[in-house]
Amino acid sequence: MRTCAVMSSQKKINSWARRRTSQGSSSYQTRLSAWRVKEDLSDSKSISKRGQNNTVEDYEGADDQAEDALQIALRYFEKGPIKTSQSKEKHLKTVENVAWKNGLAPEGIDILLSVALSGKFGSAVNTRIFKCIIPVTLISEDSVVKAVSWLCAGKCSGSTKVLFYRWLVAMFDFIDHKEQINLLYGFFFASLQDDELCPYVCHLLYLLTKKENVKPFRVRKLLDLQAKMGMQPHLQALLSLYKFFVPTLISVSLPMRKKIYFKNSENLWKTALLALRSRNQGFPSEPLKLMLANVHPIKRNWNSHSIIPVLNSCNYSKESRKKRMNLSDYFSSNGSFPLEQLKSFPQLLQNIHCLELPSQMGAVLNSSLLLHYINCVRDESVLLRLYHWLSQTLQEECIWYKVNNYDHGKEFANFLDTILRAECFLQEGFYSCEAFLYKSLPLWDGICCRSQFLQLVSWIPFSSFSEVKPLLFDHLSRLFFTSSIFFKCSVLQCLKELLQNWLLWLSVDIHVKSVRNSPLETTLGGSMNSVSELIHYVGWLSTTAVRLESNHTFLLHFILDFYEKVCDIYINYNLPLVVVFPPGVFYPALLSLDSSILNQLCYIMDRYHKNLTAAKKNEFVHKTKSEFSFSSKTYQEFNQYLTAMVGCLWTSRPFQKGLSIDPEILGNASVAEYKKSLNLVHHPAFLSYTVSFLLQECPEERKVNMSSIRGKKWNWYLDYLFSEGLHGLKHFIRSSIHRSSVP
Amino acid sequence: MDSYDTPELTRRQDASSRLKDFFIGATPLQKRLESVRKQTSFIATPPRRKIPQGSQLQEDVDPQKFAFLLHKQWTLYSLTPLYKFSYTNFKEYSKLLNAFIAAEKQKGLAVEVGDDFNIKVIFSTLMGVKGTQRDPEAFLVQILSKSQLPSEHKEEKVLWTGWFCCVFGDSLLETVSEDFTCLPLFLANGAETNTAIIGTWFQKTFDCYFRPLAVNAFNLSWMAAMWTACKMDHYMATTELLWSVPCSPHSLDISYAIHPEDAKALWDSVHKTPGEVTQEEVDLFMDCLYSHFHRHFKIHLSATRLVRVSTSVASAHTDGKIKILCPKYLIGVLAYLTELAVFQIE
Repeated sequence: MRTCAVMSSQKKINSWARRRTSQGSSSYQTRLSAWRVKEDLSDSKSISKRGQNNTVEDYEGADDQAEDALQIALRYFEKGPIKTSQSKEKHLKTVENVAWKNGLAPEGIDILLSVALSGKFGSAVNTRIFKCIIPVTLISEDSVVKAVSWLCAGKCSGSTKVLFYRWLVAMFDFIDHKEQINLLYGFFFASLQDDELCPYVCHLLYLLTKKENVKPFRVRKLLDLQAKMGMQPHLQALLSLYKFFVPTLISVSLPMRKKIYFKNSENLWKTALLALRSRNQGFPSEPLKLMLANVHPIKRNWNSHSIIPVLNSCNYSKESRKKRMNLSDYFSSNGSFPLEQLKSFPQLLQNIHCLELPSQMGAVLNSSLLLHYINCVRDESVLLRLYHWLSQTLQEECIWYKVNNYDHGKEFANFLDTILRAECFLQEGFYSCEAFLYKSLPLWDGICCRSQFLQLVSWIPFSSFSEVKPLLFDHLSRLFFTSSIFFKCSVLQCLKELLQNWLLWLSVDIHVKSVRNSPLETTLGGSMNSVSELIHYVGWLSTTAVRLESNHTFLLHFILDFYEKVCDIYINYNLPLVVVFPPGVFYPALLSLDSSILNQLCYIMDRYHKNLTAAKKNEFVHKTKSEFSFSSKTYQEFNQYLTAMVGCLWTSRPFQKGLSIDPEILGNASVAEYKKSLNLVHHPAFLSYTVSFLLQECPEERKVNMSSIRGKKWNWYLDYLFSEGLHGLKHFIRSSIHRSSVP
Repeated sequence: MDSYDTPELTRRQDASSRLKDFFIGATPLQKRLESVRKQTSFIATPPRRKIPQGSQLQEDVDPQKFAFLLHKQWTLYSLTPLYKFSYTNFKEYSKLLNAFIAAEKQKGLAVEVGDDFNIKVIFSTLMGVKGTQRDPEAFLVQILSKSQLPSEHKEEKVLWTGWFCCVFGDSLLETVSEDFTCLPLFLANGAETNTAIIGTWFQKTFDCYFRPLAVNAFNLSWMAAMWTACKMDHYMATTELLWSVPCSPHSLDISYAIHPEDAKALWDSVHKTPGEVTQEEVDLFMDCLYSHFHRHFKIHLSATRLVRVSTSVASAHTDGKIKILCPKYLIGVLAYLTELAVFQIE
């Protein structure tokens, strides 16, 4: 069996090598780099900055185009109708799209208001125009005044007038000034005569009325109207407002019954207004939220319009304190610092003892200053509040818990991104996220929010691996084996980050421990065990994955990336642990067709070498610390790999031990002379280097003689390889091979 | 989101103590995580439960006091522990909640300025609605409409009722510190908009979180078995189970009504362990019903979804609605609902 396997892989290597030498390596290189860029973007540390910049640029690019189209459309409407309805429809669409996505600038609103009220177009068009007059942030007062003057021109229909008043009421809060509009009070008041307009004008007047607007003749007029039309709620509302301002003017008693006074004029623009308000409050504007507000009104009802609560200091505790307060309470609460005023880090430092915590702890996710506070707070209840809120919100929002809820995807992904930013900032995972992973990972399809979900995995707080394995990693491996190579690579990347996070934790802890002499000492062995179990788990995943994906280069890169972390634990993190990779990773990497893989392998071997040497030296110095001395098995494993590598690459005596191939089979495969075929010159990963090295020497040559590289030329060849950037190889050869033995 | 300008610099100084806590499992947070792990790794539902016993209310409590909780449809929610909630502040809570409701209702609408909102909020404890001494007292919130008519008609109309309770909630109680009050089960009756406003106020004030509590088919069959097992002096309603077949355009409902005494007889025939219900017994009970139905109608009910269970003790719907009928088993029913709520919180 074994001989067969070797033979076939040899054959494969040959054919690959041929292809490689003929094609050059460019196509592989570009594909690889493309993948790497993609990976970088999903990297946890860069996601906040790079990821966002990217999308912003994309938006801006798209916005520029939309902006031009909008200008053309506005000019078209300004000019008035041309007999081609097609372009009208197109321009209307353009305006609607821009308006609903980002809102319109004051100039655009000015133009559209004039167009709609000048009667240039039919009322169907006017209606559509009104529906999309949505400001980016504010509406200029002048536009409104101008619009009112169009009303006097009498060019628009009654229904358009109604629409205008409804629009004005809905947008009232977004008009920048209201002084001039208030000067038109008399005009609006006169419009009450119009039965159709009356309710809306009443609503507008209700919003506009100041004390000085309340005049006896107006009261009389209102009472007349009421006598004529009966007890209309809108008239009552205006009357009661008048009565509030000047009680002496109105002697009639108004019924105390509670009632909704005005028809809701906002309805037409409701979702747009929600987006507008959040835009004005400084929440990131999201075109998608417009739609979401439509689809899930019930949920919105409960939890306002963002998942994360707004930062408010405890509103209740303030009230209650006022009542029952003894002297000490008084002093402590008097100095309390409201969150709303917290703007800078120095402020936080000065007031950290008397900070009023938010009424809903979830709000800290949106404030880096409060995350600082969370970071050092000792109060368990603060963390418990955050825990409860976060774990419930995660489950409530999680989209694969619900059927047909995939429109929520973007929102959920954004929420996860916010959590991840906070975790990255704190350099610590939240327990609620871990609990959420336990529940949701078995249901996950491996696609939805993949990048975020895997990053959550990489922030799992340090814990006993064997305990977490059945809850998380068993499910993860099932997904791992059944998914694409890209998924496998992402999982390996996330496990590398997990390992890194755990190591950082432990390494900080070990330093603190030596000072404090904490009771943890006895369990350090336990935690090392946990880390090594994680590494063995990844080793197992990698071995199987390499076989499943038939030694794919991408995959090997990610696997070796992981081992780049593993090999340096002893030196980089000062933790007593060295775990060597399994043969299922080592040999495929050694026989890889890709020089960068081999180079990475050399680098890792060199680092293992340094770590093990350092460990041995330390052991020698402090003989007492026997608990963490490495078993001789680790050294044996490493030495075996080292021998194999030197045998292959350098001495051309590969696999002296433990591998015997029937020479006949090798003869049949026409590789009877196999011994040299894996050395630095003939190794398929280096073939292209060998050829270009030889061609450099004599470019005219049509046939190169590879075996001419020996003796001095061997050294030149080595220098050539190093100059090509194979630094891993350089380090490996420097540390593991005594150069006297040049073949 | 503010900009995080020093992401690399902040590291927990007390990583050590965290780690220590982890190994000792000392903090409430750790205990919570432990219990979540346990829940996730083993079968979620314990294989056996007690059959509700009659009159588990404390002796000095008059069951008639809670008559108003019966025969009403309640919507179920799970609720995370309330932070800094105090039973002595009910008066203030009433005032604050009243103001909050008024403000919410008036949002975007015109109101008469300076006029009092015509509702009244009442907080009161439901003494005795609990399983053990450790369970915190249940409490009730009622929204009444103030009558506009002259004072002869003192009758105030109840607009909305909601109550919070915890019956045998030990597993949750262990995992929180004393700043919190654990009342994981919330039941509401009244307009959904009111529930939303009041829920929002509780969330803002006590930093808690409401989630609708749905009852899946698995738990419904447990209810069917447990409630059938209850001893009744006389039955008030037939036992009825409702299955739903998802098909378009309208889903098909299959109602299966059994005479309660027949159901009890069936239960007695599958029931072995005195005082307890086991998973096997529940499965067997349901299987008997299925096979009986199949014999007559050639329909495999096991392939459809159980959506409602009504018995003389109580009736429950899969979308989280419950009606409790028998005062004797009020506590028993609440104990199971509390268990479901606690499971959802964890």
